[in-house]
Amino acid sequence: MLLSRFFGVKPRTKLIAISFAGLIALNPSAQAEEVNVYSYRKPQLIQPMFDEFTAETGIKVNAVFAKKGMLERLKSEGQNSPADIVFTTDIGRLTDFKNAGLTQPVESDLIKANIPSHLRDPENHWFGLTSRARIIVASNDRVAEGELGSYEDLADPKWQGRICSRSGKHPYNIALISMMMAHHGNEATEKWLGGVKFNLARKPEGNDRGQVKAIREGLCDVAVINHYYMYQMASDPEQKAWADAVQVIFPNQNDRGTHMNISGMAMTRYAPHADSARRLIEFLAGDKAQAMYAEVNGEYPVNENIPLSDYLQSLGSFQRDEVDLSHVATFRAEASKMVDRVAYND
Amino acid sequence: MNYSVVGEAADTSILNKSNLIKSADSWRIGTFAIALVALLPVLAILWLAVFPTENIWPHLISTSLPRYLQNTILLMLGVGVSVFLTGVSTAYFVSHYEFPLRKYFEWLLLLPLAFPAYVIAYMYTDLLEFAGPIQHSVRELFGWQLASDYWFPNVRSMGGAIMLMGLVLYPYVYLMARASFIEQSSYLSDVSRLMGRNQFKTFMFVSLPIARPAIAIGVALALMETLNDFGTVDFFSIHTLTAGLYDVWLNMGNLGGAAQIASVMLFFVIILLALEFAGRRRSRFYQSATRYMRKQRISLQGKYKWLAFIICAAPVLFGFVVPLAMLLNYAIRYFEQSWNPGFRSYTFNSIFVSVCAALICISLAVMVCYARRLHKDTMTGIAARIASLGYAMPGAVLAVGVVIPLASFDNAVDSFFRQHFGFSSGLLLTGTTFALIMTYTIRFMAISIGSVESSMSKISESVDMAARTLGHPTFRTLRLFHLPLLKGGILTAALIVFVDCMKELPATLLLRPFNFDTLATHVYQFASDEMIGQSALGSLVIVLSGLLPIILLSRTISDTQQLDLDNFPDK
Repeated sequence: MLLSRFFGVKPRTKLIAISFAGLIALNPSAQAEEVNVYSYRKPQLIQPMFDEFTAETGIKVNAVFAKKGMLERLKSEGQNSPADIVFTTDIGRLTDFKNAGLTQPVESDLIKANIPSHLRDPENHWFGLTSRARIIVASNDRVAEGELGSYEDLADPKWQGRICSRSGKHPYNIALISMMMAHHGNEATEKWLGGVKFNLARKPEGNDRGQVKAIREGLCDVAVINHYYMYQMASDPEQKAWADAVQVIFPNQNDRGTHMNISGMAMTRYAPHADSARRLIEFLAGDKAQAMYAEVNGEYPVNENIPLSDYLQSLGSFQRDEVDLSHVATFRAEASKMVDRVAYND
Repeated sequence: MNYSVVGEAADTSILNKSNLIKSADSWRIGTFAIALVALLPVLAILWLAVFPTENIWPHLISTSLPRYLQNTILLMLGVGVSVFLTGVSTAYFVSHYEFPLRKYFEWLLLLPLAFPAYVIAYMYTDLLEFAGPIQHSVRELFGWQLASDYWFPNVRSMGGAIMLMGLVLYPYVYLMARASFIEQSSYLSDVSRLMGRNQFKTFMFVSLPIARPAIAIGVALALMETLNDFGTVDFFSIHTLTAGLYDVWLNMGNLGGAAQIASVMLFFVIILLALEFAGRRRSRFYQSATRYMRKQRISLQGKYKWLAFIICAAPVLFGFVVPLAMLLNYAIRYFEQSWNPGFRSYTFNSIFVSVCAALICISLAVMVCYARRLHKDTMTGIAARIASLGYAMPGAVLAVGVVIPLASFDNAVDSFFRQHFGFSSGLLLTGTTFALIMTYTIRFMAISIGSVESSMSKISESVDMAARTLGHPTFRTLRLFHLPLLKGGILTAALIVFVDCMKELPATLLLRPFNFDTLATHVYQFASDEMIGQSALGSLVIVLSGLLPIILLSRTISDTQQLDLDNFPDK
C-alpha cells in the first residue's frame, strides 16, 4: 500500500525514464577516443604499454581483467559489447575466441611486417604479442650438463622420482602436451606422458617458480617451466637462490627446437572503436612497445627486429619450434583428457 | 522512513479487509519476485547443461569423477565436523560459563571470519613448507639438509585443507550457535538441572537440541562455502568437483559439461538445504517473555577454567593471530611496492559495493522471512528456498549465469529502443556496479535469509496474533514488534554478507566495470602468482575492514539482552 502510493503510475514512468537516461549517459561505449580491453592477462603486465599508448595517441585504454568467463561475457553481450580487444596469456584461448565467432580480422601491413606469420592467425584474427620458451631446468649439483636434452627424455626411467611438475591441466602444460601430440600423434604422446608421470617426485602442485624452489630444496632434480620465471626469480631477493640452484636447458636443439607459446590479442567482432583498437594492436606490435614488453617481463618479443634485452641475450640464442600454433591448439581438449587418463595429477 | 506516512497508510488500510489481504499478498508476491530473480542464473546454467559440446560423462566416469566425488565428500565431512566441534564448543563456553578473558573471546572468536580461506592457505604454506621458519629450525636442530632427509607433514594436503578451512569457517557456526544459546531461556536449563541432569547432559539434551536449527544453518553455510571454494583446493592441488568443473569448462572448452557438473553440485546443496529445513521443522521452539531473563553464567574453577580458555584461545590464535602476524610482516616488508594511489580507490570500491549488497540482502531477507511467517503455504516456502540457491553455485559459474540473462535483458531493451526511438541504449546493466551488487545479493541471500529466519523463528507467533488483534497491519507489526527483536539476527546477517562481499573474487573479476578494482581483485592479481608479499597489504586491509563491523557487532551483541529490555516497544 505504501509502495503503491510511493510508486504511483506517473512517478514510476518518470523514474524509469530518468534512470534509463542516466544509464545511457553513463554508458562507456557512447564516448569517443578510447579503446576497451577484456584481458586474461594481469593488468600490471600490460599497463605500462597502455600508458605509453595513451601518451602517444591520446586514446584512453579501459581494461577489465578476469581469468574465467570473459568469453561467455563477450558472447552474451553480443552486438552491444563495449569490448574492442581481447588479451590472452596462451594460444588456446585465442583460438577459442576465434572459433566462437567473437573476433574479426584486422588487415594491417604494419602488423604483418612486425609479427612473423607463424605467430599470427592465417586469417589475421589473432596476433602474438610476446613469446615464451617452455624450458627444462635441472639441478646444478645433481644433473650433469648434457645429461638431458629433450622433452622426450623426461619419460626416460632414469629420472624416476626426480621430476617436479605443476598441474598437468595448467594451460602451459596442456599446450606442451598438445605440441607433443602434433609431432608424435596421440598414442606415442600418451605413452610419453605416462612415462613422465611415472617419474614424478611428488603429486603435481604449485606454479612454475614452485618447481624451481623444490629443486633447490632437494625434492627433485628436474622441472619444466616458462623461461621468464628465471628472469623474475633472479630479480627477487628471496628467490634468487632458487634460480641459482638450476641450469637452463633449451630442449630439442638437435631436432625441431624448443616449444614456444604466445600471449596474444584479437579484435572483437563488434568492436565499437575498431579504428582505435587497430591502432593499439599496431602500437603493441611496434618497436617501442615490443622492446618495453621484453624488458619488463623477460619475454621474447614477437617482433624480430627488436634487440634482445640483456637478460635474454645472456640465455643465448636457440632453435625454436616453429610448428603452427593454431594447429597445436586443436589438440587441447584431447590433451586435457589424456592428463586424466594417465592420472597425471594424482 | 517517515513514521506518520506509514501510520496513516496503515490506519486506513486496516479498515478495509480486501486491502488487508492485498497487503499480506504483497509480501508473498515480493518473495516470488525475489525467488524468480535468484532463479534466473540457476536456470541459465541448467539451460547450458542441456547443450554440452560433447558428452563428458563417459570420460569423467572412467577417469577422474570418482576422485572428484571422493575428495569433495571427504573435504565436506572433515570441514563439517571441524566447524561443528569448534563452533559449538566455543559458543557454549562463552555463553554458559565464566572464565579468564571470556568477555573478549565473545568477539575474538569472530575474527577468523575476516580471513579469506585462500589467504590463510598461503600463510600457512609459507610457515610450514620446507623453506619456512619451522622446518628450517627442525633442520638446524637435527643437521638435516634436504627434504628427502626427513618427514614432515605436508600442509598442501587434504588434512591441511580441512584444518585451514575449518579455521576460517567455524565462525559461521559459532555466530549462529551463540545467538541461539543466548536467546535460550535460562528456565529450560534451570529446570533440567533441577531434575538432576548434570551440566554436560543439560547441554546434550536441552541446549544443543534447541540450538539445532541455528547450528544446522551455520554448518550448511560453512559447507556451501567449502563446496564452492576454488582458491584453496586449487592451491593445495585437491581435485574436488569444483576443480573438475573448471577443468571441463576452461581446459576442455566444454561449458555445457561444466554446467552439468554444476548441476551435480546443486544436488549436494539441495541435500544440505533439505537437511537444514528438516532440522528446522522438527524443532519449533518459541520463546516468549522468558527470553528476557538475564542468564547467570557458571564460574569455572581450576583446570576447567583453563580448559575453556584453551578451547577458545586456540581457534583465535591459529585462525587469526598467527596468519595476521605473518601478513603484517609481509605488508611491512613490501609496503613500498604495494602502497600506491590506486589503493584508496580499491578500498572505497570494496566497501561501497559490500555495504550496498549487505543492505539489500537484509531488506530482502526480512521480506522473504516475513512472507514465510504470514503464509505457511508450500509455495512461499519453496520460493524462500529458491531465493537461497545462488549460494549453491561456484562464484564464477554464478557470474556466467548472471551475465546471460542480464545481457539478454540489455540487448532486448536496446533493440526496443532502436526500433521505436532510433537510437541504441547499449548495455544498461551488464558491466556496471549494479550487476555486481545484484550478483552479490543473489549469492549471499542464503546467509541473510538463514540468519533472519533463525531469529524470527524464535519470536512467538502469539506476538503476531496479539499485534494483529490490536489492529496493527502486517507492515506495522513487522516494524514495531519484529524488527526490534530481530536486531541481533539482522546485524549478524549484515556482517557476514558484508565480509563475504569484501572477499568475493570470481564473480567480481568477471562482472565488474572497466578500470574497476576491489581489494579482492587487487590481491588476487598477485596472490594467484604466489607473490604473497605484494598482495599482503591488500589482504591486510580486507581483514581489517572485516574487523570493523565485527567489533561493532560484538558490542551490540553483548548488549543484546539489555537492548531487548530497553527498546521493547511496549515498555
